[in-house]
Amino acid sequence: MTTALKTEQVVSQIAAAFTGADIKVDGPAVIVAPDMVNKVCAFLKSAPGLEFDYLHNLTSVDFMDYFEVVYHLTSLKHNHSMVLKTRCFDRNNAEVASVTGVWRGADFQEREVYDLMGIKFTGHPNLKRILLWDGFLGHPLRRDYL
Amino acid sequence: MSLQTQELLLNVGPQHPSTHGVARFRVWLDGEVVTNLEVVVGYLHRGIEKLAETRTYTQVIPLTDRLDYLCSITNNLAYCLAVEKLAGVKVPERAEYIRVIMSELQRVASHLMSVGFLLNELGAYFTPIIYCFRDREKIVDLFEMVSGQRMMYTYLRVGGVSQDLPEEFIPAVKRLIVDLRKAVDEYEALLSGNEILLARMKGVGVLSPELAVNASASGPVLRASGIKWDIRRAEPYSIYDRFKFDIPTAKNGDCYDRYWVRIEEMKQSLNIVEQALRDLPGGEIRSEVPALIRPPKGDVYRHIEAPRGDLGFYIVSDGSIAPYRIHIKPPTLINLTTMKDLCVGWKIADFIVIFGSIDVVLGEMDR
Repeated sequence: MTTALKTEQVVSQIAAAFTGADIKVDGPAVIVAPDMVNKVCAFLKSAPGLEFDYLHNLTSVDFMDYFEVVYHLTSLKHNHSMVLKTRCFDRNNAEVASVTGVWRGADFQEREVYDLMGIKFTGHPNLKRILLWDGFLGHPLRRDYL
Repeated sequence: MSLQTQELLLNVGPQHPSTHGVARFRVWLDGEVVTNLEVVVGYLHRGIEKLAETRTYTQVIPLTDRLDYLCSITNNLAYCLAVEKLAGVKVPERAEYIRVIMSELQRVASHLMSVGFLLNELGAYFTPIIYCFRDREKIVDLFEMVSGQRMMYTYLRVGGVSQDLPEEFIPAVKRLIVDLRKAVDEYEALLSGNEILLARMKGVGVLSPELAVNASASGPVLRASGIKWDIRRAEPYSIYDRFKFDIPTAKNGDCYDRYWVRIEEMKQSLNIVEQALRDLPGGEIRSEVPALIRPPKGDVYRHIEAPRGDLGFYIVSDGSIAPYRIHIKPPTLINLTTMKDLCVGWKIADFIVIFGSIDVVLGEMDR
């Protein structure tokens, strides 16, 4: 059975590796700053005992006050999972560091978030619309898109 | 005089490049050899995630049918499991068993289509696919008997299933299992050792286990690369922890292995159906659920082993009658992430086979 790792356990390890980083906990999820997502993910992938080698799901939610990008991670080796989140408060210029360098599986999923929610992933090798066409105006999954 | 050559950009699709639907590829060719490839998707994008935000939780179920339209039951199941977890709904025992029986029959039906179309792509036009359709038809007949529909079943409900199994269903499934076992053996005899099939698929489009995991491949594609990972075993949902079944894995990660894994999975699914029929209890088929479900604020992610891979639903609730946000994690779109790596260096004809062996359904890819 896949066990959800306790957030304290993960947070303490992240905090030890990134001193002074802003790490919050919200329910079962660990929240980090958008510009350090890629570094935290690289750490989570390689840290002994964690080894989150598999990115299950990457998506985003528009809460009007902020965007939340959600990562569901699993370790196939240890069969445990965790939820990582990051929040962007600037609607017009939402940017998150891309994790394509850590997991190739993020490629299409980040493009989809960019396409439908309008969040830019810095460092993505080919960030363009995926489901909609290039000339499309706006990002339909935003709550204020009518 | 030296011969001048130049790279050719070939557009494949979006009109049924390999009878799968409106997928489009841009393929760069050096002679016949693929040098680069770009996946272009979105031709069947209907905005299902956006549509779901304006419907009640129950009204979303028909939308999920229209994702992967070859395995509607498992789409229903993934969605219902997510809502049930979010709203804390319990499912009666009988309904759990019915869900498993239907899901596994659906897996067989879906793999039959997958195998049949793969053979079409190999140039074995219509003989294998008609055999597969013949046997899938028998499964679809049973689904029609239970749900009244042949494709978009909308059979599952939050908290159970929509109606009980009719009396004649169980003897019919028992007969069907015998028939299908024979049919799968027939395919193996006809196809698995076939020289042309081996020549076209063995060693073609190899996906290494490292890349498969790194690129979040799932389902038969992941298992063909030698990773023994099946959500039914790794994180048993519904009542899958009660059944004995094997997880077929192959070693090479080539097109043949992806085909072989599907054939073996069909046999395992039939075993599960048999066990579920044996243990099927009586009783309620649906728990008491209000017509308008109002889950508490929060989010949930549930994923299941759908025939094509790991299908996930991420649902955010704001406490109202409609979901605040639904994200559907499409296994087939993510399986195509490595399409370029698989195809570069192979000929254009192999590219079609590789695409077929990944087995995509555009309704789910584009949503």
